Amino acid sequence: MEATEQHGVSIKINHIQKSFGQAHILKDVNFDIHAGEFIAIVGKSGCGKSTLLRQIAGLDAPTSGSVDYDGRSQKGLNPDVRIMFQDSRLLPWKRVLKNVGLGLKKGDIDKARAALQSVGLSGKEREWPNSLSGGQQQRVALARALVRSPRLLLLDEPLGALDALTRIDMQTLIESIWEKDKFTAILVTHDVTEAVYLADRIILIEDGAVKLDKKVDLPRPRERGSAAFAGIAGDVLDQILHRE
Amino acid sequence: MILYCMGKNLKSVVNEMAKTLRTIIPWIIPVILMILWQILTTGGIIPANVFPRPIDVIQACVDLTRNGQLGSNIAISAERALAGFLIGGGLGFILGLLNGLFTLFYRFTDTSIQMIRNIPHLALLPLVIVWFGVGESGKVFLVALGVLFPVYINTLHGIRSVDKRLIEMGRVYGLKGFSLFTSIILPGALSSILIGIRYALGVMWLTLIVAETVAANSGIGYMAMNARDFMQMNIIVLSIIIYALLGKISDMIAKFFEHLFLKWDRP
Repeated sequence: MEATEQHGVSIKINHIQKSFGQAHILKDVNFDIHAGEFIAIVGKSGCGKSTLLRQIAGLDAPTSGSVDYDGRSQKGLNPDVRIMFQDSRLLPWKRVLKNVGLGLKKGDIDKARAALQSVGLSGKEREWPNSLSGGQQQRVALARALVRSPRLLLLDEPLGALDALTRIDMQTLIESIWEKDKFTAILVTHDVTEAVYLADRIILIEDGAVKLDKKVDLPRPRERGSAAFAGIAGDVLDQILHRE
Repeated sequence: MILYCMGKNLKSVVNEMAKTLRTIIPWIIPVILMILWQILTTGGIIPANVFPRPIDVIQACVDLTRNGQLGSNIAISAERALAGFLIGGGLGFILGLLNGLFTLFYRFTDTSIQMIRNIPHLALLPLVIVWFGVGESGKVFLVALGVLFPVYINTLHGIRSVDKRLIEMGRVYGLKGFSLFTSIILPGALSSILIGIRYALGVMWLTLIVAETVAANSGIGYMAMNARDFMQMNIIVLSIIIYALLGKISDMIAKFFEHLFLKWDRP
């Protein structure tokens, strides 16, 4: 029973460094994430935020340092972890339902159908991915990530290529699913309002190190227009842009 | 309302006509050539011993069909083509897979394969006659050799150019080994492989024509060479037309497979 209450993974990032040749992308990144927490990692492009996400996912191995899941040191990919990429990375030769059910057993196709329904795409099961809009493709990618109830969901700028209105829709959707399924979520984004809307904590990466680690103490669902919301977003943006 | 209905009817009639027109268009040039051929040969502008009249060719077709020669020669040619294609295409596909998937294999064999590829396979004809005589195996061997390389190169290229991001995604979602191959690598390489197969089909007929013309005692190429000895111009032309038709048919089969396997690629 404890497993359901503690559904999310708790993560400890221990002094991670990552270099590619002479380029030191990450210099001593060190912080903890509680089980079930929603973290947003923000920063200018090239600051190393996507590289950090790849280390947490186990897609790359850090040059030094380590990542712990639930107190155990982690190497390589873990089946509890799912990633949503900026490009949907759907397989164009598989129909939507088969994409969602990728790697599942044959009998589990109903789970894929349910996941598709939870992202509001019932009725699209037989479509080819290329016939869907960009927003719909990302919904399918989200359904694919959710279908095996991940304990950690990593989101690598998944909404960056979508238009503003679709993005707001998707943010609401991601929030509602996260609140229901209670997984740990790490969102990499360059959109500060997206970070403030979704995250419990915002971590600002600059020059390969944590520059700011800020709690967002706003009740959910958050009002994008409220003064408190704008205040936090303004603070974070000032830090990114070095404004007083 | 009536006007609207008429408009709709008119539209569908026009659509229907456009459709028929599209199917007719490809055949306009062949039909014009046939008519020109008939006019030039019956008018005596081209003597019959240089180029036979269409009616003579049709006559040859009817005669040879009646005595069974045409059927058996087409059958034996098709058999050689198919056997050579399956052997060469199969080997090319397997080699392409191994070299595309395993770097060690690639290092080990690719240089050798590229060297052999650069020999025009028809240059081996004298050697093949010495080795195999005029029997079946020589022609199958040559066809297989000609077909192997286009299939090999396109399979290799297809596998190597599969989107790396999709492979990474597959790994994140728990695919590895065989399931990664069947779900992502093979379908990703398929359009390139099919291009190789279509090209190989052209090489297959070309090789067979040459081999049957030079060293055979059956088949369409042999039929043409045999007719040359007796100056039966109509049979020679008939053989050429049959080759054209066989080529068109195999191209249609290749297109059918593209249609079948790549249906996701169409909007």
